[in-house]
Amino acid sequence: MKDHILESRKFVIGGIALIIVVTYIIRLAFLQLMSEDYKTYADSNAFLNKVLYPSRGGIYDRNGTLLVYNQPAYDIMVVMREVSGLDTLDLCRTLGMTKEEFDNRMSVIKDRNKNPGYSTYTQQLFLGQIPAEEFSVFQEKLFRFRGFYVRERAIRRYRYSHAAHVLGDVAEVSPADIESDEYYQSGDYIGKQGVERSYEKYLRGEKGVEVLLRDARGRIQGHYKNGEKDRRPVPGKDVTLSIDLELQKLGERLMEGKKGSIVAIEPKTGEVLCMVSAPTYDPRLMEGKQRGKMMARMGRDPLKPMINRAVLGTYPPGSTFKTSQALTFLQEGIITASTAYPCSHGFRFGRLKVGCHGHAAPLPLQPAIATSCNGYFCWGLYYMFGNRKKYPSVQDAMTRWKDYMVSMGFGYKLGIDLPSEARGMIPNAQYYDKAYRGSWSGLTVVSISIGQGEVLLTPLQIANLGATIANRGYYITPHVVKHVEGAQLADSLLEKHKTMVDSKYYEYIVGGMRKAVTGGTCRAADNSMYEVCGKTGTAQNPHGKDHSAFMGFAPMNDPKIAIAVYVENGGWGANYGVPLGALMMEQYINGGLSPESERKAEEFQHKHVSYGLSSEVRPVLVNKNREEKKTATDDSSDSE
Amino acid sequence: MQSEGRKGVVRSLDWWTVGLYLILVTWGWFSVCGASYDFSNPDVFSLDCNSGKQLLWVGTSVCLACVLLLIEKRFFDSTSYYIYIVMIGVLLVTIVIAPETKGSRSWLPIGSFMKIQPAEFAKFAVALAIGKYMDRYGFNIHNLKDFARVVGLVLLPMVLIVCQKETGTALVYLAFFLVLYREGMTGAFLFSAFAAVVYFVVGLRFCDDFISDMPVSIGEFTVLLLAMLFTIGMTFVFCRNALAVKIMFFGGVGVTLVAYLFSAYVIPFNVCYVMLAVNVAIILYLIGLAVYTRLYTYLLITLFAIASTSFFYMCHSMFDALDDHQRVRIEVLLGMKEDIRGAGYNVNQAKIAIGSGGFEGKGFLNGTQTKLKYVPEQDTDFIFCTVGEEEGFIGSSAVLLVYLLFIWRLIFVAERQPDTLGRVYGYSVASIFLFHLFVNVGMVLGLTPVIGIPLPFFSYGGSSLWGFTILLFVFLRMDAERNLKKR
Repeated sequence: MKDHILESRKFVIGGIALIIVVTYIIRLAFLQLMSEDYKTYADSNAFLNKVLYPSRGGIYDRNGTLLVYNQPAYDIMVVMREVSGLDTLDLCRTLGMTKEEFDNRMSVIKDRNKNPGYSTYTQQLFLGQIPAEEFSVFQEKLFRFRGFYVRERAIRRYRYSHAAHVLGDVAEVSPADIESDEYYQSGDYIGKQGVERSYEKYLRGEKGVEVLLRDARGRIQGHYKNGEKDRRPVPGKDVTLSIDLELQKLGERLMEGKKGSIVAIEPKTGEVLCMVSAPTYDPRLMEGKQRGKMMARMGRDPLKPMINRAVLGTYPPGSTFKTSQALTFLQEGIITASTAYPCSHGFRFGRLKVGCHGHAAPLPLQPAIATSCNGYFCWGLYYMFGNRKKYPSVQDAMTRWKDYMVSMGFGYKLGIDLPSEARGMIPNAQYYDKAYRGSWSGLTVVSISIGQGEVLLTPLQIANLGATIANRGYYITPHVVKHVEGAQLADSLLEKHKTMVDSKYYEYIVGGMRKAVTGGTCRAADNSMYEVCGKTGTAQNPHGKDHSAFMGFAPMNDPKIAIAVYVENGGWGANYGVPLGALMMEQYINGGLSPESERKAEEFQHKHVSYGLSSEVRPVLVNKNREEKKTATDDSSDSE
Repeated sequence: MQSEGRKGVVRSLDWWTVGLYLILVTWGWFSVCGASYDFSNPDVFSLDCNSGKQLLWVGTSVCLACVLLLIEKRFFDSTSYYIYIVMIGVLLVTIVIAPETKGSRSWLPIGSFMKIQPAEFAKFAVALAIGKYMDRYGFNIHNLKDFARVVGLVLLPMVLIVCQKETGTALVYLAFFLVLYREGMTGAFLFSAFAAVVYFVVGLRFCDDFISDMPVSIGEFTVLLLAMLFTIGMTFVFCRNALAVKIMFFGGVGVTLVAYLFSAYVIPFNVCYVMLAVNVAIILYLIGLAVYTRLYTYLLITLFAIASTSFFYMCHSMFDALDDHQRVRIEVLLGMKEDIRGAGYNVNQAKIAIGSGGFEGKGFLNGTQTKLKYVPEQDTDFIFCTVGEEEGFIGSSAVLLVYLLFIWRLIFVAERQPDTLGRVYGYSVASIFLFHLFVNVGMVLGLTPVIGIPLPFFSYGGSSLWGFTILLFVFLRMDAERNLKKR
């Protein structure tokens, strides 16, 4: 019955058991006796690394006015085993939460999956970011809520209702943020938009840590090695913007009830003096806990106040673009300053017609700029694209043309120090080859010469064109930050970009733009105090009435400010563009408005453009009446 | 007669096993105390905490053990198939009516507060059924039909348990193949399974590592070399054809060595192509031998060689076809990926807890890792962490050694059974305990994949403790009758 060969297999099975147990004991020896690593890891678990948060850097305007600062806020902590005789309803009422929210929060705290390291002996975060005014109510009653404690934490505050798009905001880090930068831990705050985002690394500072010992019950036993391993937090760096608060304030006032943008640049330095995007919102509404709600509300708004139109809106530049065309034609030798082209209420060629308003004809270059003659620039482009001696094919001419445009900062991102920027649109030969299946000519695309057709620029690019002309042929990368405490600006922001056009040709354009102010389309901008140069733009678009645009700079021979104004569906360039531009320049150069200009500003502030939406462009989110009497105790609860 | 039988049982009961059982259960209870202890509720006997409940389970288990010792072997002998059928029925019902808990449908609610997991009891039924079947007159494991039926008896509950989404518990049934091995199944099966695991681990782990200065994947090279050596080894063991072995060994190893040296010192090239050719040559040679000698064995070895050679490549395509999370688990286990927050979290925390225990541990109830609940499932599947942290190297090795003694004792007792039923059942018990120990402790130590099965007598839970008690004490009663039968 017994098979002895098979019986010997008991040794195989017993041997397997022996091998397993011996292997495991060896492994145990490795884990428990040989390696200190796991003890260290265990330490990091049993130690409580208490994070000390640095204060975030402040943000100032170019004249040193504080715009953004931190204010103490409070986290409410709870030690579960000390909670007794809690009047839940009273607590909920004091903190403005519902019973469900309370129960929900409590169960999350107790859930070890969501809150590993939970102990009934230690403080657990119950509610975060309570602003001072809400907190004071709670503090009065704190003695009644046994087991509840308070931890200080800063909250981001905005002193003014202005420059929301440039400043941006902060919010809790997303999982993606944590993934991409190991500095962040869940619960940390990070800049989400604007300068808060692009200068996050400077603003945030460096977190510190306190290493505390815990026993098996989770109770704090004191500092590890008497605080040898503790690290003080390093406060964030202050950032000074190139924005002029007063100019920004005026710009936002003038753009009330309109869609569009005003961008002003100091030509010599590339510093952005103001960046208005309308409609805007009050950054104070994004403070603390309200941010989520506001984001959702603004996301639903058909006017899209969240979008920074100055860098993300792409528009047909209209006649402001003609200056760039004249420069190109001059440099390429297509025209000279005295070349005159006919214009009989527009450009006519066979059945093709580009309309123009009535003026004397034929005109040479400078008067053509001053009166914004469409015919002149259409002929220029026609002759350039048709010049087979210079360019073997229309594609070559197009490529040459495109290179000029790119050298002036169009078609690509300018590289401003904000988190996002649109590149606009400058068509190239391949684009038209595809669109017209290879059969096209200068005539087909003639409307690009007057800033229509496929050409799209951001208001920033238009302002930058103004700065380039003011500088007679170069621009510095536009940037909104003037200075960072204890650091240099990135080299790319100080880089000088020369265009492909010689500076002597710029003088003709400057002259033409001066003529436009003294006796052309921009007469409303003329004044006796300083010489203004300007160019209007009236851009046709598929969304209704023409867009009203203005591009200019002043003073002519020592430019301090270059500006672009763009009002969606504002009609003629002279309707909004010119007067708004003139007011802005006056404000910056004179440091204020004359009484007459003030009256004018008042008038334009209340002159609204209708966008056919049931809700007129209303400053729902901008509350201009709450002017800046702000102090640290100011709150934002009366926003509506 | 009856009373004499009972006295006989007490006298001939294997007290060694009972003693080891009591040691393990007691030790287990203290570990559950450690793992589930809450300082705010220091009463370990309170039924509100797991340690109190576990004490209840231990008490009922001991009663259950006493009752089981009263049931004669005859009863199980005659009802084993019925028990099996009833168990299969319960498993089926469970799939349908069990509510989903933590992603599986294996818990059957009884009353309002109790839940049992039928899969824990089904092992006992299967062990009985295969014992009974193999005890049948004329049973021959080498008979394909008999063998297939036994395997079928094991696979059926396995499939049902997989349907309950308890893959881990289903895997325990693989332990029965160890029993079949004892009963005469060729060791080649076990060896093939072992080889497959080795290929899989080595192949995947070192697939993207290269021998220095050579375009040769270490994984691929090693797997092909092992396939060659294993094949030659099997020829040596099963066919005893010294000449063929010599030809294959010196030819294969020789060519490989030449190719390797050529690649290392002359022109680097991928040696694996040569290895592949060598393996194909060996396969062809074996086919030749099979045809020439008309020996069936050569054909089987050829099959093994083909499977081995192609395994590496199949593994890769299969591995790529796996779901992301499964792939990540395997990669984390093989140390190819660090994933502290995700799949590797449990294992990493477990290793930290054990590692921090050091030589003598932090002392009963003093483990910070387990007390502060860094280790998930710490009183069930990861109970061994508590032992490691609080009792250190001494305590945890002692637990493993007690287990080793226990399993050895079970093998010894199984071998002294007078009939096949007793022996097969005994080996089943030993194998199941061994498998649980292997997977559970291996998982906690980061050596085997994370498969949620309990550590017998230690993990908290009534179903598992009852299940193991039933399994063990039915066997002890059978053993106690070994002398009665002779009389």
